Amino acid sequence: MSVPAPWFLTVAAVLFTIGAVGLLVRRNVLVMFMCVELMLNAVNLTFVTFARALNDTGGQSLVFFVMVVAAAEVVVGLGIIVTIFRRRPSSTADDLHALRG
Amino acid sequence: MGGLPLATTQTADWLVFVVASVIVLAGGLGVVLSRNPVHAALFLVQTLFGVAVLFVAQQAHFLAAVQVIVYAGAIVVLFLFVIMLLGVDSEEHLRHEPLRGQRPTAVLIGLIGLAEIIGLARTHWVTGVHAVGGAADGPGANVEKLGRSLFSTYLLAFEVTSALLVIAVVGAVVLTRRPLLDGSDLSATVDDGTAGDGTAGDGSAGDGTGGDGTAVSGRTS
Repeated sequence: MSVPAPWFLTVAAVLFTIGAVGLLVRRNVLVMFMCVELMLNAVNLTFVTFARALNDTGGQSLVFFVMVVAAAEVVVGLGIIVTIFRRRPSSTADDLHALRG
Repeated sequence: MGGLPLATTQTADWLVFVVASVIVLAGGLGVVLSRNPVHAALFLVQTLFGVAVLFVAQQAHFLAAVQVIVYAGAIVVLFLFVIMLLGVDSEEHLRHEPLRGQRPTAVLIGLIGLAEIIGLARTHWVTGVHAVGGAADGPGANVEKLGRSLFSTYLLAFEVTSALLVIAVVGAVVLTRRPLLDGSDLSATVDDGTAGDGTAGDGSAGDGTGGDGTAVSGRTS
């Protein structure tokens, strides 16, 4: 327990930034989804770090719920992606402008 | 302070932290920079394992196990299923930039956000305000304390979680179901299915006709 909490928080912030930049840069819908997972993991790491720094299991309980929500989100999101790809194969995020006004 | 065992422990902690952080960040960069979606998924596994190591380094043993089992074992496998289902040959041309100036702008925005987070948090990393969960240290295993917190303080949220999972399952089934055609096509598909079942004498022929029927109906839809 000798590594101070700010180091963990810095790593989590950098990981979150990598995920956010990837979400903005990539065009493949699946890879964009993976970048969302990266951001979720960064936040989970932040929660665990605060749970250790504050000596409180509340942060770890919250990570548990984040994981459940992430699993549900992946299931629904991949269902949407499969439906989209079934309708129009090899589409990227640029092609999905069906909702354009 | 500063006995040999303590110093050795601290060195080991720092070593674990640095190695796991390098693994995590390299995996994250790999997800963003790899052209093939399968490679991106494997880099994601690397990142998830690194985060699990960082969890263990902070005494969150149960969450590390869940991280490996649920994330690396279920979610990434789901990603790989979908990638294989949709075709792995859809490589992205990273050199070609569809929108001019988007990537530098995205990197700039990301760096500004990172600088904001670190700049704002540098003076007050941890405020010291305690939440309502129990103490994380003391006697007892990590699983026991987490379970006690989940089933007492967060019981309502835990129950709502089960409803969320059921809704997600139903939503996935509804979303990926083949769209219902009009009445005649539907009855034709059903007839094909029963015919395939009826000629169960040779299953291959029944499967062949069933496949043809779905292919034709899919083409006409």
